[in-house]
Amino acid sequence: MDSSSDSILTVSGLNKTYPGGLQALKDVNLEIAKGEIIALLGPNGAGKTTLISAICGIVKPTSGTVTVAGHDIQRDFRKTRSIIGLVPQELTTDSFESVLNTLAFSRGLFGRAPDPQHLEKVLKDLSLWDKKDNMIMTLSGGMKRRVLIAKALAHEPTVLFLDEPTAGVDVSLRKDMWNIVRELKEQGVTIILTTHYIEEAEEIADRVGVINNGEIILVEEKQHLMSKLGKKQLTLELCDALATIPEALQQYELNLAADGLQLTYTFNTQGERTGITALLDDLKLAGIEFRDLNTTQSSLEDIFVTLVQQSS
Amino acid sequence: MNYYAVLAIYKFEMARTKRTLVQSIVAPVITTSLYFIVFGAAIGSRIAEVEGVSYGAFIVPGLIMLNLLTHSISNASFGIYFPKFVGTVYEMLSAPVSTIEVVLGYVGAAATKSIMLGIIILITASFFIELRIAHPLIMMLFVLLTAGSFSLLGFILGIWADNFEKLSVVPMLLITPLVFLGGSFYSTDMLPPLWQSISLFNPVLYLVSGLRWSFYEIAEVNVLVSLFGVLAFMLSCLGVVLYMFHTGYKLRS
Ligand SMILES: Nc1ncnc2c1ncn2[C@@H]1O[C@H](COP(=O)(O)OP(=O)(O)O)[C@@H](O)[C@H]1O
Ligand SMILES: [Mg+2]
Repeated sequence: MDSSSDSILTVSGLNKTYPGGLQALKDVNLEIAKGEIIALLGPNGAGKTTLISAICGIVKPTSGTVTVAGHDIQRDFRKTRSIIGLVPQELTTDSFESVLNTLAFSRGLFGRAPDPQHLEKVLKDLSLWDKKDNMIMTLSGGMKRRVLIAKALAHEPTVLFLDEPTAGVDVSLRKDMWNIVRELKEQGVTIILTTHYIEEAEEIADRVGVINNGEIILVEEKQHLMSKLGKKQLTLELCDALATIPEALQQYELNLAADGLQLTYTFNTQGERTGITALLDDLKLAGIEFRDLNTTQSSLEDIFVTLVQQSS
Repeated sequence: MNYYAVLAIYKFEMARTKRTLVQSIVAPVITTSLYFIVFGAAIGSRIAEVEGVSYGAFIVPGLIMLNLLTHSISNASFGIYFPKFVGTVYEMLSAPVSTIEVVLGYVGAAATKSIMLGIIILITASFFIELRIAHPLIMMLFVLLTAGSFSLLGFILGIWADNFEKLSVVPMLLITPLVFLGGSFYSTDMLPPLWQSISLFNPVLYLVSGLRWSFYEIAEVNVLVSLFGVLAFMLSCLGVVLYMFHTGYKLRS
């Protein structure tokens, strides 16, 4: 971040060791800018929920500090918590309450005066308005997820955490959810979401943070990350099987498939020269003929897998 | 002070009762009537007056105390245990609320409910006996302090308990015997001297005695001792709750 004035959330040196002795967060540092959408990507057990829980006040950090809008989350917990909204990972709802009542409860709990118009808007945005008087336990899983989102928005937070919001969610809710996320972003709300669906991060986030084993491996602009780590591969289907890669082609660091019929060349899309023309010329010189060729670009998923493997 | 939060928790907890309104009114009316039929009429006809009060009237304060204690504990313990059990407690933990606000909401609602129950019992009793309350203000103070302190105790129990068994075992194994042995349905003067002395270690005796004094001006221990006792108990419970929240005990890992 260039200027700390647009930063809304600062995590510094955050550690969390659970009573059992497991260290779920290891010296986490993270700066989040006002109004951005950041996706935290990481496999199960990486520490995503722990990080969110520590910021929201559900888990006590072992050491380190977190500030939200310049306020310390422990000393000024009233200020920080009233601007944060949290949609938890687990589908936990009050079964016997009506949808509207549970929203009114959430709004009050976060210290806001009743505002039926706002609740109505939230419910309508989430296609829950016709269910407002239904008991929550009569709703489907997807509907309950919507209720949790509505509850988190009931007090008009300016920082919203979505912990694996699309786990077990149908297509229509996913679409609604991204629409809401975009609308909230337009209103200036900062959104931090966790996911292990890479397409999700690719689709919605401005920045991506990769977390594994309690450590933030990297935080990058999505485009930047893609181009920095995005590799392209050229695959050549050979006419005749090759036993070894000829000496003349060593410089390309080619990969030969086990059956000897496939050569792969990995190159960087950002490079000045891809080296493809030179490779093809050298192949000709070496007398290697190919039937077909294709190129593939690595997705965020590949990048992620590479990163996680590197770190562990 | 986050008044909206206190109100939200209070209303939420009261709504839980509203859903079982018939049950919460009809049940105590029936059990109270049964007590009067069994203890008041059947046994009472064989027991002469106790210290100048008819037996039926004598047991009213004990009956109210029994219900205040058990319901304060169960209301408050369930109120906090359930969100912890299903996971909805995350919302309270992430909300801008202080311990005192949480306590006011949960414990206030639990105490309100058991006080309402006490009133229902009092009204039911008035159909069976002629009620006489010598010191209504002291009675109200007693009821308030008892409901408040035992709701606090229930709240502690609800935070501590990590299964339903623990939740029900304390009221059943601790409170019910203490209430029955605390002179709710008899005067300890009726007991042999040794048991009279042992009874003095039962805190419930002081509560029942104090409440009974507010009705009929008869007491086993000085009413001020009772009042300060329950006040001290209430403050200790509050201290424990504050400590639990401060350390995050069983709520925040
Ligand atoms: N309450 C807890 N007590 C002990 N260990 C926990 C607790 N919650 C999570 N963990 C452990 O901490 C690690 C990180 O968990 P979590 O933050 O839930 O990961 P993620 O959300 O990325 O899947 C895991 O190894 C998990 O088992
Ligand atoms: Mg998680």
